[in-house]
Amino acid sequence: MATIELQAIAHQYESGQGSASSDAAEPFAVNTLDQCWPDGGAYALLGPSGCGKTTLLNIISGLLHPTAGSVLFDGVDVTARSPEQRNIAQVFQFPVVYETLTVADNLAFPLRNRGLPRLDIDSRVASVLTMLGLQEKANLKARDLSVDDKQKISLGRGLVRTDVKAILFDEPLTVIDPHLKWQLRTELKKIHQQFQHTMIYVTHDQTEALTFADRVIVMHEGSIIQVGTPQELFEKPQHTFVGRFIGSPGMNVIPCVVEGATAIVGEHRISLHASLGSDFRNSGLQNTELGIRPEYVRLSQEQGLPAAITAIEDVGKHVVVRVMLAGHELKAILREGELIPQHPKVSFEPGKINLYENAHLIEAAE
Amino acid sequence: MLELLNISRKVGDEVYVDKVSLSLQRGELNILLGPTLAGKTSLMRIMAGLDKPDSGSLRFDGRDVLGLPVQKRNVAMVYQQFINYPTLTVFDNIASPLTVNRISRSEIASRVGRVSDLLKLGDFLHRRPDTLSGGQQQRVALARALIKGADLVILDEPLANLDYKLREELRAELPGLFAEMGAVLVYATTEPTEALVLGGNTACMFGGAVEQFGPTLELYRQPVGLQTARIFSDPPLNTLLLHCRHGELRIPGSGQSIKLAAELHDGRDYTLGVRPHHLSLVRRSPEDIEMRGEVTVTEIGGSESFVHFEFQHRAWVALIHGIREFARSEVVSFFVQPQNSLLFDQSGSLISNSTAMIMTQ
Amino acid sequence: MKTVNNKAWLMVLPVLLLVGLSAIIPLMTVVNYSVQDTFGNNEFFWVGTEWFQEILHSERFHNALQRTLLFSALILAIEIPLGIGIALAMPKRGIGVSVCLVLMALPLLIPWNVVGTIWQVFGRIDIGLLGHGLASLGLDYNYTQNTFDAWATIIIMDVWHWTSLVVLLCYSGLVAIPEVYYQAARIDGASRWAVFRYIQLPKIKRVLLIAVLLRFMDSFMIYTEPFVVTGGGPGNATTFLSIDLVQTAVGQFDLGPAAAMSLIYFLIILLLCWVFYTVMTVSDQRASATKGRNH
Repeated sequence: MATIELQAIAHQYESGQGSASSDAAEPFAVNTLDQCWPDGGAYALLGPSGCGKTTLLNIISGLLHPTAGSVLFDGVDVTARSPEQRNIAQVFQFPVVYETLTVADNLAFPLRNRGLPRLDIDSRVASVLTMLGLQEKANLKARDLSVDDKQKISLGRGLVRTDVKAILFDEPLTVIDPHLKWQLRTELKKIHQQFQHTMIYVTHDQTEALTFADRVIVMHEGSIIQVGTPQELFEKPQHTFVGRFIGSPGMNVIPCVVEGATAIVGEHRISLHASLGSDFRNSGLQNTELGIRPEYVRLSQEQGLPAAITAIEDVGKHVVVRVMLAGHELKAILREGELIPQHPKVSFEPGKINLYENAHLIEAAE
Repeated sequence: MLELLNISRKVGDEVYVDKVSLSLQRGELNILLGPTLAGKTSLMRIMAGLDKPDSGSLRFDGRDVLGLPVQKRNVAMVYQQFINYPTLTVFDNIASPLTVNRISRSEIASRVGRVSDLLKLGDFLHRRPDTLSGGQQQRVALARALIKGADLVILDEPLANLDYKLREELRAELPGLFAEMGAVLVYATTEPTEALVLGGNTACMFGGAVEQFGPTLELYRQPVGLQTARIFSDPPLNTLLLHCRHGELRIPGSGQSIKLAAELHDGRDYTLGVRPHHLSLVRRSPEDIEMRGEVTVTEIGGSESFVHFEFQHRAWVALIHGIREFARSEVVSFFVQPQNSLLFDQSGSLISNSTAMIMTQ
Repeated sequence: MKTVNNKAWLMVLPVLLLVGLSAIIPLMTVVNYSVQDTFGNNEFFWVGTEWFQEILHSERFHNALQRTLLFSALILAIEIPLGIGIALAMPKRGIGVSVCLVLMALPLLIPWNVVGTIWQVFGRIDIGLLGHGLASLGLDYNYTQNTFDAWATIIIMDVWHWTSLVVLLCYSGLVAIPEVYYQAARIDGASRWAVFRYIQLPKIKRVLLIAVLLRFMDSFMIYTEPFVVTGGGPGNATTFLSIDLVQTAVGQFDLGPAAAMSLIYFLIILLLCWVFYTVMTVSDQRASATKGRNH
């Protein structure tokens, strides 16, 4: 296990040499960035396709040599080392198994390559088989397994190595059915809590990122936009991009004018005291926007700003109500069974409003 | 209208489609929901005329179309992979279904213009598909299906290869587009959330058979069987097998029993199903059924927590609003309101989801 | 696109007729000959399986068969590993790809008899570059008199002519392997050999099977090149089944035995191809049974 440090890492693809694992045409560059991820954490790199997250992952694993900067494992510069020398494991989007080998031989493969004694290999393989619930399939040929079992094998080849510095995941659940996704992800989470491997997980799916990781790194166009706990990303997105990208549906972002400690949307006045502190004063803010999560938008008969309902999407466990407020569309999430008022008044949960200037969050004065 | 009656197809010993009967209306979205290998693609291939069923009949607008090859059926298909002509521009790609039909150039241009506006492709008409993002490439494929004016439009997991946010965006747009088409629309997906967002009608498929077909929300709220309830639950449905004694089902560990207005048969097994978001950490009424379990792992979403716990040797999960963290092995009580519990008999048919009486001893 | 008609089948008709005329009718004629004898004058007698028994017991046939089998075995033993090796060494991207592909395709474009003639001249000790070169090095090389030299010449010639086919087939299989497999192998610390054994070989198995079958059938039926270069000699040293067959049929005009021999020849090829196919696909059986549904 290792602490992973990225120092002034940057990457630029040469023209014509696109990222092999992606289907889009433009190469995914990474702009200069510094990061330090302490040992034993579960990290997620989250962003839309083309944001450079896979490029960054491949730089960490050593499959890709960065144009600039260095990668440090436990303070040791490993930039020049191969993936094998770095001692990392990686699980890819499509399960990679050695088809002609049995499940057990697949798991033993990395250990045999490293010339471990047979007895050690057998005991390690046996324990990983149990860990992943694959005991009964140990002697089947890997190619005869279902896709989720194959993905377990790819993961198992990382877990089987005792000395592995980090396990990296590149959208590992993309090809898995929804129900099995839950199963595999919680299994992964359990393994992480039990063995405290450093895990780095690349995904475009915010639910996966938030539920898996202790710390989520949100990327956009080759840069890191925000690093934080799932809750921080949800409650205090540093950038409107993060607000929109995280959450389903994402945060409502509506332009507003700020006067003193009041945001003005159309002719409505919304107090910002609860969010930004009682001594907040506008000091010439430009291009201001108001961010509010649909979860924190309340619709009632009595109090609030009058709005008109434009659409209702009932998705079972909750209802998404779209309303027009002063010419801006606003989404509200209502729990199952909650009544939808016909002529709703909109109010925002106090303290949950975020204010943005030029898309960047205005922090509350402490 | 597309009518399927007792359609079956076997390949070797494997049943791909098992006695499927469906009646699909024009202008409505019909979703086939089920896990991989449930038979969705096989059934759609039969609808399109790419495969022939072993038995059953297939009628389109009252006309028997069984045996009519796909070329004669005016079908459009959109696949999971973004399939476009790589050497043609976006304009020519979208126009391709029209050019084989001898339509005047100005007519083609105006129709492509309309469709590309609808799908927000207006700025890319002169580019090649491979210079576009995945979402845009799939829009081109959708535009081709749209412009064709097909009688039957088949979409086989069209959003599966797209980013989460792009998926959300297209899901919101698709119902409007579909309403434009006036064709019989069939849409396959593995994701219950997708089905619920798209609305329309859903057929729940499992093992080649359709367990239930009807308005999507109705299937979600009133599943006739265990498979539909399972398929429609995300996170997965929690289940517990209960054995009936003295006409009642005892919930282990809580001292509570379920009794029904309808008869429960002694000696039979029943399955209790509870959706994760119906589990709560607080008791809201004395009738709430209590489930005590040992926490295995907690996952924190942005505003909600997924608490995984072991209940009677089964893996259960509760979706709790707010951030709640529990230590591993902590014993926690969860509660479900009786009207939110689903009870299935041995064959997997729903007995009740509202008439349960909870007795506390 | 719109109209479907069954006229398409009419288009196939010429091919069907051609195949009928060129394959089935001659085959039936051969079957007919193989059970009859003639003393000329178009008079034929029924002899049953006599020709077959004669052929199967003939030493000449046995020797020719052994020579042919040995030849095919050597060809496969050399061309398949060599072909795989070259395919592995070929670049996967860049300008080198097309250069290599063109170079590889060149020998395949040359007709059989031309290949034979080239090598016949190439190997001559008086004027051939190879023959003369070897002779001037003091090596006693003469394919017209020395059995070993004759075999070596024909085998090298065939390797030169046909290894490219194996290379191209294997190469097509190799470039189809997704990059992640190599990445995973690097991470697992796999050696070059392990990568070949557990990733590349399983992935090219299907094209390799085709390569083996093609090269086997072709080498087992080799005729033109040895006919041009050695004429079956020295002695009978390079008289393969095909040459023997032609000598029997055309040279001696023994139509009955020649027909019986053709059929036996045909059956041997069929049998051996089936054996190859079964051996190489037997482990795939279960996998392919579960495939086909995965989209």
